[in-house]
Amino acid sequence: MFSTKRQTASDAVFDVVNNVIMLCICFITLYPIWYVIVNAFNDGSDAMRGGIYWWPRQFSLESFRAVFNSSGIMTAMGVTVAKTVVGTVVHVFFTAMVAYAVSRKELIGRQLYMVIGTITMFFGGGLIPYYLLIRDLGLLDSFWVYIIPAMFSFFDLIIFLTFFREIPEALEEAAKIDGANDFRIFWSVIIPSSMPVIATIALFHGVYQWNDYFTGMIYINDTDMQPIQTYLYRVVAQSSSNQMLAAMPSGVAVTVTSQSLKLATMVVTTAPIVFVYPFLQKYFVKGFMLGAIKG
Amino acid sequence: MVSARSSSEVRMKWFRKFYGQRYLQVMALLGVAWMVIFNYIPMYGIIIAFKDFDIISSISQAPWVGLEHFKAFLEDENLPYVIKNTLGMSLLRLIIGFPLPIIFALFLNEVKSVIFKKSIQTISYLPHFLSWVILGGIMATWLADVGVINKILMGLNLIQEPITYLAEPKYFWTIIVASDIWKELGWSAIIYLAAISSVSPEYYEAATIDGAGRFQKIWNITLPSIKGTISILFILAISGILNSNFDQILVLRNSLNETSSNVIDFYVYQTGLLSARYSYATAVGLIKSVIALILLLGANYVTKKLNNTSLF
Repeated sequence: MFSTKRQTASDAVFDVVNNVIMLCICFITLYPIWYVIVNAFNDGSDAMRGGIYWWPRQFSLESFRAVFNSSGIMTAMGVTVAKTVVGTVVHVFFTAMVAYAVSRKELIGRQLYMVIGTITMFFGGGLIPYYLLIRDLGLLDSFWVYIIPAMFSFFDLIIFLTFFREIPEALEEAAKIDGANDFRIFWSVIIPSSMPVIATIALFHGVYQWNDYFTGMIYINDTDMQPIQTYLYRVVAQSSSNQMLAAMPSGVAVTVTSQSLKLATMVVTTAPIVFVYPFLQKYFVKGFMLGAIKG
Repeated sequence: MVSARSSSEVRMKWFRKFYGQRYLQVMALLGVAWMVIFNYIPMYGIIIAFKDFDIISSISQAPWVGLEHFKAFLEDENLPYVIKNTLGMSLLRLIIGFPLPIIFALFLNEVKSVIFKKSIQTISYLPHFLSWVILGGIMATWLADVGVINKILMGLNLIQEPITYLAEPKYFWTIIVASDIWKELGWSAIIYLAAISSVSPEYYEAATIDGAGRFQKIWNITLPSIKGTISILFILAISGILNSNFDQILVLRNSLNETSSNVIDFYVYQTGLLSARYSYATAVGLIKSVIALILLLGANYVTKKLNNTSLF
């Protein structure tokens, strides 16, 4: 009796300490993001004085108004949305299609195809030969450089493959008896019953497309073709506030500074992802596991 | 078997089977074709490491120069610090960044309230979804002369003058490792949490009856049951030791912190694409890929010998 009671006491202490540590981790995770948000919502020239930690001192939406009125930023946003939507749809269906074909045991050459794919996970040509390939394919300064080189991933194929193995064969058999060809089976039987894994891969690839700045930086010279992340990269890393000032639309309040415009752009760029991912969380945790077991 | 039938009959049968699955074959071969173009043609392109390639000539036209670029690499005056930075940051990441998600997962698993636990998880994933550009912007704001870090340290009288952190090489490694941990701690913990959740509760009940405390249970039950997962991730971490997070480095580096921020991946980009020394940069990249492959096979072999888990 005594020992159980002592156990409970030390347990309680442990729980309190553990919960406090967890709260600290949450704070450390959220606060830097919060700091950017409150500064973005504060009047730009007032924010230059610093000292805004918890709440905007002079609440202002001017920086956001400037972001939405800047044609440079909005063009880049448009490119990002287009490449994310098109890129994700193409990636998910193309990779799933190949995965489905490879998942069928009777496929002639199946083993060989898997070996060809597995090698690509461990060895590659590296940056320069890849750059030369993209150039020779005529993809430099083309929108398709965002889509075609990213439309397939062998790692994602494995995640699909693991999932497809769980689909009861009876479903396919029924469609086959009805005279459906293999592509038809993939399209109207496999795809509809694979929504959890499709959501997972779509989220992973969607985030990749949304966040990728490297492709736009290396293969695109035309500034009208660069995505928002590349645009921000040029502002953040090369600290070219000139570009930020150039982006500023005319007639904007004088209190908007290049810094506040930058912070507002960061908030606008990140908001869509932050709103979407908690809803897809239950899918990607599962998807992550599928990939992990195999990979 | 074959001798029983004529070989043309076998071939006919094969063709019939192949024709029967023509849709499947098209679906699979489109993927293979993609891999040939985007994975295997660049592998073929590696031969320019043994040639003198310039942008005007084609790969096959360029003259062979043997191992000249590899020799040049060994004599490269930038080599020592580039390698030092690559290995230094990777080792720091391995020593500090590898165990932290495990510890985080172990302690998060001890949180009793389900809602609280779920909320922490959701929050801890958040930074993973931010791009390095955004994170770079956040850090530039924090580390600026008038940023929060300087304000705090000056407020505590630890420093007298504000420090421009990103302009000083000596802070770069710390910034890289800390920001990486901040971004990926929660995300890297997912896989351990999933492994922990599959441990049978009976073990814990039995241990409780035997009078084991919380730490004893973590040490003797939870940790051993996720050993396999840890091993596999460790193999991958070791094989990635020559990889730097290129997205991260590119955002945080600048000419002022060059001596501690230039890593192999960046050096390939710098010499290859910025200075147009294609062949040389390809040679550097090839050396890196080969060492990475050897490390992967080596780490796989060692863990297999030690505790019977391996990647392949």
